[in-house]
Amino acid sequence: MKQGIFTLLSNEALTANVYKMVLSGDTSAITAPGQFVNIKLDGLFLRRPISVCDYDDKTLTIIYKVVGKGTEVMSRLASGATLDILTGLGNGYDLSPSGDAPVLLGGGVGVPPMYHLAKKLMAKDKKVTVILGFNTASEVFYEKEFKALGCNVQVTTVDGSYGKKGFVTDALPEEYSYFYTCGPEPMLKAVCKATQTSGQLSFEERMGCGFGACMGCSCKTLTGNKRICKEGPVMQKEEILWD
Amino acid sequence: MGLNVNLCGIELANPVIPASGTFGYGYEFAELYDINELGTFSFKGTTRNPRFGNPTPRIAECTAGMINAVGLQNPGVEKVISEELPKLKKCFHKPVMANISGFSVEDYAYTCEKLDKEEQIGWLEVNISCPNVHGGGMSFGTSPDAAAEVTRAVKAVTTKPVIVKLSPNVTDIVSIAKACEDAGADGISLINTLLGMRINLHSRKPIIANTMGGFSGPAIFPVAVRMVYQVANAVTIPVIGMGGVSSAEDVIEMMLAGATAVEIGAANLVNPYVCRDIIRELPRVMEKYRIENLQDIIGGVNNG
Repeated sequence: MKQGIFTLLSNEALTANVYKMVLSGDTSAITAPGQFVNIKLDGLFLRRPISVCDYDDKTLTIIYKVVGKGTEVMSRLASGATLDILTGLGNGYDLSPSGDAPVLLGGGVGVPPMYHLAKKLMAKDKKVTVILGFNTASEVFYEKEFKALGCNVQVTTVDGSYGKKGFVTDALPEEYSYFYTCGPEPMLKAVCKATQTSGQLSFEERMGCGFGACMGCSCKTLTGNKRICKEGPVMQKEEILWD
Repeated sequence: MGLNVNLCGIELANPVIPASGTFGYGYEFAELYDINELGTFSFKGTTRNPRFGNPTPRIAECTAGMINAVGLQNPGVEKVISEELPKLKKCFHKPVMANISGFSVEDYAYTCEKLDKEEQIGWLEVNISCPNVHGGGMSFGTSPDAAAEVTRAVKAVTTKPVIVKLSPNVTDIVSIAKACEDAGADGISLINTLLGMRINLHSRKPIIANTMGGFSGPAIFPVAVRMVYQVANAVTIPVIGMGGVSSAEDVIEMMLAGATAVEIGAANLVNPYVCRDIIRELPRVMEKYRIENLQDIIGGVNNG
């Protein structure tokens, strides 16, 4: 974990309420796709945890949906603004068990963390299939970005207004070696049920600190109590205790 | 310039103490900075048996603060002794403050007796004020008799200084503090969180799964200063002040109100470096307010 001051380079709307923010700063604490950052915002007490979409040595990209006060403040920030950000939080995805043909399933704002993961897997010459799930056509984002990485990309919408009608699980390929997923909990549950292989899932929870101090985001697993922010947010399919 | 204070017979290099529940068992923060810079810290509330705590969500944001309803998640006193304290020993070389909670007088005594044998522990901070557990915690802190009973039971099993941590969710905190002092407490710490609640306007449900939780953060600082002032004026034992402290100025204000040392809680969750930063900032602020030794300003509020 590192605390750093980041400068906002761009903050653009991808859909009606989903924004992409690019920041410059020290990203050296980020070690794996699927990790998150925790952002201090003026006038708000707790930091806002947001998953990392992409990063390189000097820049950090996050994609967030405006759902409350914090993300609304973020959406109004202009280029040049500076933000106090804790980086390198959480465990992130482990690439080693991916096999040759992993499938990545992202639902809604669960799509962004799949991006850097796909990039990393493509760099390891994997045959990557990405399934992006949304409710409706107007909510779709990042399809072409994933295509530009060279992945096999499938889009699903619940109402069928774009891509394949249905849920991400309806677009699962016949064969794949492993899965990685991030999205709302009902989707994660459905993915676990629909998949034949092992895989990794990223979970969400309201957090206090985001770095393991407050026990605000604990959950029970088959491998013991875990803090979503510290031992998570990524967990193995086999260890999850569904309610 | 002197930052040192004496807390129940043990010298602290400075009065800054991360509060229980916001600093784990210390070693997570030791990855960030040398935690030996701290006066000491109060470790995560420990109970006789392991506890998972409350369902999530356990956290809700508020204006200038937050609500938590963690519910004393901890591995239990045996594991704290066998696993957490050895890990801490590698990165913290000062006496640490053990924070203890319980659901019966026997629980408190059992846990304190176990921890009494641990050399690393300097003080026992006995939490009779946790608002997030049913049938225990705060219920001992809301009556002078129950508070005195816990204090006596704990004092009987330890030679370490016993600091009783009080709840602000009472009508007369002074009478409870006095009851603890009369029962043999070596110090009082206050305030624990204020019972609070938030409601989600979309779902119309409480944000916290447990409905209510403990409200902390800068918003409660004036309440804390007032209560520290009242208690410090009523007892002769040292008082640790806490509640919304977030800056070196706040530390000094709390000490003027009567605090010998100051705990810092919610601020750690926003800025993990805040305690170190406050310690480093203190000399500059002391100079500004012409303070030579912090020990000299304890209870120095001038209301004459």
